[in-house]
Order: sequence, then structure tokens, then C-alpha cells
Amino acid sequence: MTAAPASPSARPRHLLDFQDWSPERLTAILDNADTMLQVLDRPVKKVPALQGLTVCNAFFENSTRTRTSFELAARRMSADVLTFAAGSSSVSKGESLRDTVEVLTAYKVDAYIVRHHAAGAAHLVARYSGKPVINAGDGRRAHPTQALLDAYTVRQEFGSLEGKRVAIIGDVRHSRVARSNAELLPMLGAEVVLCGPATLLPSDLAALPGVTLTSDPKEAVRGAHAVMALRLQKERMGGGFLGSLQEYADTYQVNEALMAEAESGAIVLHPGPMNRDLEISGEAADGARSRILQQVENGQAIRMSVLYHLLVGRD
Amino acid sequence: MTLTITNIKRSNSDKTESVTLENGVIKGWNIPAEGETIDGQGGTVAPALIELHAHLREPGQTEKEDLASGLAAAAAGGYGTVVCMPNTVPVIDDPAIVRSLIQKASGLGFARLHPAAALTKGQHGEALAELSYLKDAGAVMFTDDGRTNENARVLRLGLEYAGSLGMVVSVHAEDASLRADGVMNEGPVSEALGLPGNPAAGESARVARDLEILAGLHAQGSKAHLHIQHLSTARALELVRGAKARGLNVTCEVCPHHLTLTDEALRGFDAIYKVAPPLRTQTDADALLEGLKDGTVDCIATDHAPHTRAEKERDLLDAPSGIAYIELAFPLMYTRFGGDLGLEKLLDLMTAGPARLMNWPAPSLEAGAPADLVVLDLDTEREVNPAEFKTKAKFTPWAGEMLRGWPLLTVVGGQVAYRRE
Repeated sequence: MTAAPASPSARPRHLLDFQDWSPERLTAILDNADTMLQVLDRPVKKVPALQGLTVCNAFFENSTRTRTSFELAARRMSADVLTFAAGSSSVSKGESLRDTVEVLTAYKVDAYIVRHHAAGAAHLVARYSGKPVINAGDGRRAHPTQALLDAYTVRQEFGSLEGKRVAIIGDVRHSRVARSNAELLPMLGAEVVLCGPATLLPSDLAALPGVTLTSDPKEAVRGAHAVMALRLQKERMGGGFLGSLQEYADTYQVNEALMAEAESGAIVLHPGPMNRDLEISGEAADGARSRILQQVENGQAIRMSVLYHLLVGRD
Repeated sequence: MTLTITNIKRSNSDKTESVTLENGVIKGWNIPAEGETIDGQGGTVAPALIELHAHLREPGQTEKEDLASGLAAAAAGGYGTVVCMPNTVPVIDDPAIVRSLIQKASGLGFARLHPAAALTKGQHGEALAELSYLKDAGAVMFTDDGRTNENARVLRLGLEYAGSLGMVVSVHAEDASLRADGVMNEGPVSEALGLPGNPAAGESARVARDLEILAGLHAQGSKAHLHIQHLSTARALELVRGAKARGLNVTCEVCPHHLTLTDEALRGFDAIYKVAPPLRTQTDADALLEGLKDGTVDCIATDHAPHTRAEKERDLLDAPSGIAYIELAFPLMYTRFGGDLGLEKLLDLMTAGPARLMNWPAPSLEAGAPADLVVLDLDTEREVNPAEFKTKAKFTPWAGEMLRGWPLLTVVGGQVAYRRE
């Protein structure tokens, strides 16, 4: 059941995670995003690349931001976009994932963008639909376009990811953003430090190549070129993972004081939506080091680039 | 009714023999054939297999399985006796349900049915069921199975009461608070997959607790018997090994899926591999195999747990736990471990082993013994083809695998319960 070994020549059919992707292919996606950013700067922000294709935004879990970003990306590529939100659909009437996907596929959908609360659901959509699938977040497993836009933002700043150190601080345990970055960034030559309270930092993640773990935020950011704060789900308090939000903020908040320990030109990232003054201080979010809005803009370009890569020039 | 099976061998001999069955018992070996004659095709004859852990889903969940499909599947797997679990709808906690299941099964002509009954009313773990009445109705074991026994005091009371009746209490040993929302073994694979993990300590901590309860009861003179279901971790096995060395009245079973599959199987996100307790690591599987060899493990059980295909096609968080493979358990074990364990030991773990722990008469092929037997083809490799399954769950992790040791014929009470076409 493991993925076939990556070869630079093989063009993956899906973006579920990075397992069957080569660094060369991923770099091509980043390179192509430069072009997409130029498109977004034009008065007419549209290219005909996906004309005639129907892309289904299948969101089995709510997400306004990611859905909007993908929807705009697909529209700017001239695709028709079908938005499927589980909350207001047959899924709430008990229809199975397989039945839902088969019905959507019968509408002649050409590709899926899938968000689901369960890890692996995007894989199931790929299996049941036979169509290209872009994973827009499956449970705590993967959010590959987020990791690509993070990589792109770091590269934009420093010219390359080679030898760069990225600290990711927060609720790593429940974070698909952390997992996807921990998978992607080392493939592109960067080093990843995952940091959080021990209860939210699974020790087994240390098995990933190029990834180290620490519960000490100062140690995490020392020498870091980019520091990413993860969203802390306030619901997690019910799980007993933390003593209090105040204690968390006092220890792990990404703020000016913590950033003073990082490299002098280090930037601040956040996948959004932010809990201001919890995992990130307002000053850090809005300050000169912040690239948070740049991430949002880059996200659209990256998603356009991924759509192009998966859907154009394929029979 | 008389039946003669010719052209068969016993597992410890190369001699071709025949056996004649009459009125539900073995009449004799190599006597002049009487009644109907069946050619055993040179197969190896053994006492019919005994399954102590199957979910037959009747009453209430017959879209997954029912007595007819489940017991036919058992017979096709070489089983003559099946203990079914009580987590049905309603729960088997009422003597009338026990009686009705036994009566219905007896008319089907497949494997014999011995229901396990709930230890507590509704399997809620709060108040003991009517254990004495349930035993009188024909229940052979008490268990709250997958509901786990979170209330230690109630389990202790149940062990004490059942012990006085000479009955086994079997437990799904798992601390529900440690399992939490885990859907697979906790470890590097669960972290890589982003799936909530269920730590090995969930099982071993619960086994340790239950063994201490048992030891305390023994110290007070109780004959309580604790049977641990589907043991899956090396550490819990070690605890059982130690408890047996101390002389505690504890037994345990191991499932073929925990011997042959590991958490690596989940990498394709196929919920067909979701099972409780979860598939563990190769280290655990190796330890379990060692436990089979050294006698720590008393028997092999399959935890046959059928679900509909639609249920198992759900995502891994949502899909129910369970694998249904009673009809290929022996071929799977024989093909994978027959050489390592030896045929005699493997058969012991699937016949005499379960009978011993249940205090049932030792299965025998001697004249006068019940005519429950299986003829196995140990030589011919055949592909696992789920479309041919008798169970309603016509899918399996082992589809397409080539296995040896398929039953040719299963006889229960002197009647043909399965015959390969």
C-alpha cells in the first residue's frame, strides 16, 4: 500500500501529500507560482488554462479561507467551480463518502479539492472518483498547499530554502500544517524544528528526516530564519492537554521577545486564522517581520500553480 | 444416520484410513463402510475447530451477519463450534435470547452455537446480569467484550459470581481513557498518518489491573477465571506469562490478524484494516507468536467481526472496527505458521486449547467421541476469493493470497455442515 518511489520524470496524478513527489517537481510548482503572482498583479486577473474543466471544491469540513482561496485560484484559471459543502448536503442526511463522490463524478467533475475531518479521506476520494485530487486538509494529516505556500514565502524572502531553519511552534499534535511542512521543507533543503508543550508534541515525529523536536521555544527559534505560530484550538483545553491558555501564551507565544532570539532577518508566519495575543502577539502579527498577508497572497498563486501542474497537458 | 468418510489421514500418520460416524458419534475406524460414503480425497482429518470469539450480529444487526451466514462461514472454515459475542441489538443479557439463539442455530445444520452472555445488564458495566439464569439457558461465557470493563468493582463482582458458577469471564482488555479517540496503534506510523493513536499501554495497563483483581480474589479462595480476549501487545503478553507463572487462573487468546498484519497496513487509509484492539507492530506480532509456542497463549480466536462494505468504506475515524475471516483462519495460520508451529500445535490451539479453557471435554477422534470433525487439504494452494465467502462480509485483507490448508469437509454431530464443491 506504500506509494511508488518518486522519480523526477513521473508526474503525480494527485497532491494528497508529498510521498510520490520529487523535489524537482515541487520546485517546479514553486517556480511556476512566480508566473501566477504576475497574473494576479494584472488588471484582468484571468488566464484560460483550465477553460472547459470543472473543479469541485468538496468541503466535508468547514473552511471559509481555504475554500475561498481554491475557488478564486480555479476561477482565475477559467475553470468552472462546483462548491460542495457537506453541512448543507446529502452528507448530513447520511450519504456515504463513496456515494457522494460517485454522484459528483457523474456530474462530470474533472478534479477534486477535498477538505475532510478524517486523515486519509482525500485518498479515498481519489480511489472512488478516479479523478485528480488536491488535498485541502485531511484531519491532522496533511495540508500540502499550505506547506507549499509556506515554502514559497520563505524562498521569496531568502532566495532559497537550502540550509534555512524553520521553527514551527504550537499544537503540533493536532496540526496538519505542521505535518505537511515537516514533510516538505526538508525535501527542499530546509531544517524544521517542531516546538510545543510535550503533550502537544508527539515524540514519534522525530523519526521524520530533517526534523527535530523541542519543548523549549527559545531553543527552537535560535538560528531560525522563519518562525511559524500554529493556531491553538481553544477546544483543546477540554482534552486536558494544557494547564491554561494564559500559561500557554506566557511560554509559547510568538512575540517580539521570542523573535529577538531568532536570526536578525527572521520572518513570522501563521497559517490562519489567528488567535491574536494567544499563540501570536498583535505586534508580531502586524510587525515588520510578519509575512502573514503575503502568505495569503502566495497561497492563491501556489494553488493556481498546483491546478496547472495537475490538470494542464494531461490526456 | 450413518456416514463413512474414506481416504483420509490422521495428522500424526501417513496411513490412509476411513471413519464411520453413527448417531452423532464416531462409531469406529476402518470398519466396513456403512450408510453414505464420502471420499476424503486424501485429506487430513482433525477434530472440528472451536472458535471462542465471533460476532454473529443476531439479533438486530443482520445486515452485517446472521446466524445462518455466520455459522455457514464457520463450517466452511472447518469450525464445528462457535461462541458468539453478546454485543447484539438488544444485548444478549436475557435468558430468553440465549435460548432462542441456540434453538435457531440447532436447526441450521452448520456449526454448533454456544452464546456468550453479557456480564452486566445491557453491557453497561453497572449491574451484573442474571448470570445464573443465563448459564442455565445455555450461555457458556460472560463478557462485556468491546464495551470494556471501566468499573473495576463491577468486574470484580462479576469474576467472583461467575467463578462460583464455574464460568469464564472474558474481557476486552483496554483502558478506554487511554484509548481515547485512537483508531490505530500509537507510534511512528500513526503520527506519520496523522491518525489518533491507541497506545499499547491501554491494553497492558488494563491487563495489569485485571490480574491484580484476580489475584486478590484467588487469595480469598475464589475460583474466578479471567480470559483475556485478542491479546495484541508484547507487554500484555508478558504480564499474562508472569501471572500464569504465579498460578493465577488466567487464559488468553490471540487472533491471526494480530500475527499476520501490522500498523503499516493502515498506510493506504483503508478501513478494512481498522480493528479493535488495533494492528500493532512487528515486535508485538513476533512476541505473540512466541507466546503461542511457549504455551502462554491458550488458543487462537478470530474475533470474526463482520460489517457491511459501505461501513468499511467510510473514513478511518468513522468506520467501525472489525475483520471477518472465520472461513480462512486455518488456511491463513497453516500457510504462514504451519512450518514454524507444526501442525499438531496449530490444531491444538484451535481445538483442544479452547476446549481446555472452557472446561469442555477434550476433542477426540476416538470411537465414542462426538462426530465433529474436519478434513483439511494441506497441499493444494488456492486463492482467497471473497466472492465465495459464506459470511455477508465479502471482502478481506487477504483477498488474492494463495493459501494452503483449506477445509474439504466439515462434519458436525455426524452431519455434513460444509463440503467443498
